[in-house]
Amino acid sequence: MAIHPPQSRVWWKEPIAKAELVWIGVAFLWGLIMFFMMIYWHIYGQQNLSTQVGRIDPAVFEQRTNDFAEKFKVREEGDTGIPVVKPPAGGDAYMLARTYEWWPVLELEKGKSYKLHISSLDLQHGFSLQPINMNIQVHPGLEHVVTITPTEAGIYGVVCNEYCGLGHHVMTGRIYVVDSGQGG
Amino acid sequence: MTTAVAETGMIGALATKFRICPATGLRVDLAAERLIKANAVAAVVFLAIGGGFGLLVALTRWPAVHLLSSDLFYLALTAHGLDVLLMWIIFFEMAVLYFASAVILSSRIAAPRWGWVGFVLMIVGALMTNVAVLQGDSSVMFTSYVPMQARPHFYLGLILFAVGALIGCFIFLGTLVIAKEEKTYEGSIPLVTFGALTACIIAVFTIASGAIILIPTFLWSVGYIGHIDSLMYKLVWWAMGHSSQQINVSAHVAIWYLIAAVTVGAKPLSEKVSRTAFLLYILFLQLAAAHHMLVEPGLSSEWKIVNTSYMMYLAVLGSMIHGMTVPGSIEAAQRKSGFTRGVFEWLRKAPWGNPAFAGMFLSLVMFGFLGGISGVVLGTEQLNIMMHNTLYVPGHFHATVVAGTTLAFMAVTYLVVPLIFQREIVWPKLAKIQPYLFGIGASGISLFMMGAGTLGVARRHWDITFPALDVTLPYGYSPAASLMMGLNGLSAILAATGGVLYVAIVVASILFGKKVDASNAVAALGPMPKKVVHDAVAKYGDAGTWHLPGTYVLVGLFFTTFILYYFVNWKYLSELWPMQ
Ligand code: HEM
Ligand SMILES: [Cu+2]
Ligand SMILES: [Cu+2]
Repeated sequence: MAIHPPQSRVWWKEPIAKAELVWIGVAFLWGLIMFFMMIYWHIYGQQNLSTQVGRIDPAVFEQRTNDFAEKFKVREEGDTGIPVVKPPAGGDAYMLARTYEWWPVLELEKGKSYKLHISSLDLQHGFSLQPINMNIQVHPGLEHVVTITPTEAGIYGVVCNEYCGLGHHVMTGRIYVVDSGQGG
Repeated sequence: MTTAVAETGMIGALATKFRICPATGLRVDLAAERLIKANAVAAVVFLAIGGGFGLLVALTRWPAVHLLSSDLFYLALTAHGLDVLLMWIIFFEMAVLYFASAVILSSRIAAPRWGWVGFVLMIVGALMTNVAVLQGDSSVMFTSYVPMQARPHFYLGLILFAVGALIGCFIFLGTLVIAKEEKTYEGSIPLVTFGALTACIIAVFTIASGAIILIPTFLWSVGYIGHIDSLMYKLVWWAMGHSSQQINVSAHVAIWYLIAAVTVGAKPLSEKVSRTAFLLYILFLQLAAAHHMLVEPGLSSEWKIVNTSYMMYLAVLGSMIHGMTVPGSIEAAQRKSGFTRGVFEWLRKAPWGNPAFAGMFLSLVMFGFLGGISGVVLGTEQLNIMMHNTLYVPGHFHATVVAGTTLAFMAVTYLVVPLIFQREIVWPKLAKIQPYLFGIGASGISLFMMGAGTLGVARRHWDITFPALDVTLPYGYSPAASLMMGLNGLSAILAATGGVLYVAIVVASILFGKKVDASNAVAALGPMPKKVVHDAVAKYGDAGTWHLPGTYVLVGLFFTTFILYYFVNWKYLSELWPMQ
């Protein structure tokens, strides 16, 4: 039994039954398939996070985001005072995380690609774009640049999904996606 | 201890007292027995506390109930993670290590005094960290990601706890050495001990990683160190945090083999294969920190892919092998006992009324189907984008560490109480349903949290309804999300009921259970097919018995589910916004 020493002393020389060998072979192959699937997706898939990342001083990132918001601001979000910023199609967009807000609100055009820069000014936060459920971790001092291409118009929520303190659950943001040539 | 055949071995200056176990014939070192008892009792106490916090958390996340205030919710969640994942699991693992070395090898335990030093350190550490959390300004979750800061004694408690556990690991290793030198067994160590050895080796590695990161973090919290990099912290923290899950897997797989051996007389189909599968855990243990960092900036994809897949899924391969050999060995044993009709008579006539067996088999099935499959999907670099930090993550690990590890530990308790505490289980009828209640509840919380996670619901989040009051930019999850959270709450009540029953049965049995002696020693282990405590299966279940149609069907079903679910998720991924 499993609580007794192996019955034959040289257990490592026992033959392995065929069914067992078959399963080991199948499971091993399946592991290889899953391994190469990730590599395959990097080459042919459309959804891969970028590795375009740099160290950045949070103060510098804040400055860049402020400049960006000032330059491309199109309106304010209701009476919240938060700017809604519409970057040129194909251009750079900035969104910063700080306890407890995502800033500013963005307006993007459907079908256009944007270089989205995200970083945090203080703690770690989680960029969770809903309802499409796309989740990216955000660190202070690291600037992550992801090229995204919205595929459908609508109002998207940004929820913080990395616990960042007692106000974690009020930390939300927003991205508008409009049909090209509209909005503004 | 009426049957204790006291035997005194004079070894060095130490007099070791043994008794002979009337059920198994094993020679039990009384010093080891006391340590096992102490650690097991501490484990159960922390399960009770931590489980209580878990229920509060689940009830808060149920929008219709929304029990706790936000501050208390984050406090309870921090306490829940610590008390169950660290305290309950690791105290119990200490008991398992001592049992798998001293008891199973009929050896004296190495340095029992140090065992008590370790135990006291763990208790002091656990209490210190709990106090820090309950004081209210250390709600940083058990992961305590920097730069979020807890009070210094939060970290200090964890460090003491880890040092205590490390001492336990060395006592286990020392006991193996003693047993070998004093020739208390012949040939190689039994498979169960081998599994425990795997767990121990991994534990030593992970505790070292834990020390590397927690000691500087402690110094940072008292002001000696100015800055700790958040990415570096996370990398080292998860080298401990994820690898230590491999300790749990090794420990509960060893327990599956143990329970199968005791309740149906199962023998490993092939020692070589089962041991190699354990070895795979050791070889690839240092990987998988990436599971928690797949959508992290600053790490290369090459590193992520190799690390997350344990170098091409070789540790997963280990689990898939156990997934066949454990049910296979049960089927072989049952067939030898005469349950040969059809494909599944062996399974139908298995001792489902024995809580040790029922808990073990449920743990096996749920760990494989729910925990294993979701874990591989979650750990796939790109698929992780759809799940990272959503409730899918706690959903996955409640299938592994609750339905898998915790249920297996509960199951083995039904053997430990009669064998070590030498008490019969009180309320056998309740004990019989306990594993089902807890198992169904635990798979419910896993499934519904995974469901909510698929709908985007964030983990560690007080309120998914974003009351317009304090949220400037509210977002509404789909109504299905609230439904999932409600079902999760109901499952939590079920699991908690099973948990309360477990604690009550264990405590009552230890205090009031009928004493076990030679007359009832075997019966106390619960109903078994034909009472096969002593070698009912005379020969190996190897080549000769390798006709195990039931196991093939189970494994085939598992594999089909796995493949389908895996590719369905790639399909979902392809519908996401393109991103590079
Ligand atoms: C009555 C049984 C249990 C219930 C109802 C329960 C429920 C929950 C819930 C609802 C969460 C919160 C998810 C979130 O908001 O992020 C959670 C988190 C967690 N649970 Fe449990 N759980 C139970 C038992 C256990 C056990 C036995 C373990 C470990 C062995 C465990 C380990 C954890 C861990 C590690 C977390 C994550 C904490 C964190 O995010 O920091 N749970 N549990
Ligand atoms: Cu946040
Ligand atoms: Cu947050």
